Amino acid sequence: MEATIATKTNGPNWGGGDNNPLGSSYGKMMMWFFILSDALTFSGFLGAYGLMRFKFIDSWPIADEVFTHFPFMHGVHAPMFYVALMTFILIFSSVTMVLAVDAGHQLNKAKVTFYMFLTIIGGVIFLGSQAWEWKNFIGGSYGAVQLQDGKIIQFVDEDGHQVALESFAIDDHSERVQHTKSKGLWFVEEAALPAFTISEVIAGFEAHPELTIRTEKVDLETKSKTIVPREQAMLYLNKAKAVVVGANLKVNEYGNTLFADFFFFITGFHGFHVLSGVIINIIIFFNVIIGTYEKRKSYEMVEKVGLYWHFVDLVWVFVFTFFYLV
Amino acid sequence: MAHDKEHTSHTKLIWKVFGILSVITIVEVALGIAKPDVLYLTKILGTSPLNIIFLVLTLVKAYYITWFFMHMADETKSLRRAVVWTAVFLIIYLATLLLIEGAYLNEVLGPLVKWNY
Repeated sequence: MEATIATKTNGPNWGGGDNNPLGSSYGKMMMWFFILSDALTFSGFLGAYGLMRFKFIDSWPIADEVFTHFPFMHGVHAPMFYVALMTFILIFSSVTMVLAVDAGHQLNKAKVTFYMFLTIIGGVIFLGSQAWEWKNFIGGSYGAVQLQDGKIIQFVDEDGHQVALESFAIDDHSERVQHTKSKGLWFVEEAALPAFTISEVIAGFEAHPELTIRTEKVDLETKSKTIVPREQAMLYLNKAKAVVVGANLKVNEYGNTLFADFFFFITGFHGFHVLSGVIINIIIFFNVIIGTYEKRKSYEMVEKVGLYWHFVDLVWVFVFTFFYLV
Repeated sequence: MAHDKEHTSHTKLIWKVFGILSVITIVEVALGIAKPDVLYLTKILGTSPLNIIFLVLTLVKAYYITWFFMHMADETKSLRRAVVWTAVFLIIYLATLLLIEGAYLNEVLGPLVKWNY
């Protein structure tokens, strides 16, 4: 049985002699069990996301309508492409990491250094891409109106395509100024005002007969949002509470607030893992350069951070599936 | 096991696995953009066939990453089982219960939500 065989690995790793339980060094086994517990943490988050998504299955935002931006292609509807690019960046940095581990097995310092460097660059590019994705999500694309009961109403043209607020809202030059501490009650603050007021949006809507609205309600037959005929639209708009542009933790122009909450929390938690992975990789990278592992005659440390780095990639595979694909 | 091969290079295998992962990702993205109605609007096992395909492809990717990038294949059987079986069992258990509960919440609360004004 393999299990009970104590093989000598890379020097004295465990206390108490040459035994290596499960044929693994202490550090590697602990990294595996840390990864196991971290995987369960992520499962808890994704499970909670699944619970809420199933609860609101008939009104959940459609990911293809939310993440549609691509760099240097302004205004082009390009769902999936950007997140596919991010996935490739992360998979590729996983490949360079495993190549570094492989070079470490051959005690090839120059190669380990080179591949570790590429891995770090890949991680940094991924983090930048993540930031850009967040920027677009927070900034929003079309803008919407929130009703008094919290539901989101979006504007569409006769083809059912979404229309941006600024393309039809009529500026009535209102004098409403954002309240700041210096302008009145010093203990009262106000969030930045949206570019348009409700009355401006409604005036613009009335002036454009081709427009109508759609609700969050998903038609489960066609898997698309329900469009309300224009004659009934004013019944909804009379209940308008606020103009919403973009997404934050409290309100979200794409629909259910929970969608944004889970998106920020889970991709943020994953991004934080990538960040810590990059920092740990940088530390190990410098250790490689100064020859710590060369002297030790073992690059096992590279292997251990490699495990963590691959785990981050593994989690992204699931985040990608559950936020963008299904 | 791992120690016999310590000095041989697996570069070829690594690039092969990268190729497999890339192809799977490309297939996923292509299906996600095309969303053929046959797969997207029909229902099987409580969800669309497209979702099942995505789920299976994701698990295949997870297998390749764990087995070949994280070298799980080279660990002893007992370590492998201690990590993989624990995760697989607990995750399936948690996900099943939460999704059943979510569907129930939708069944009970969904009809109470007003969509006309």
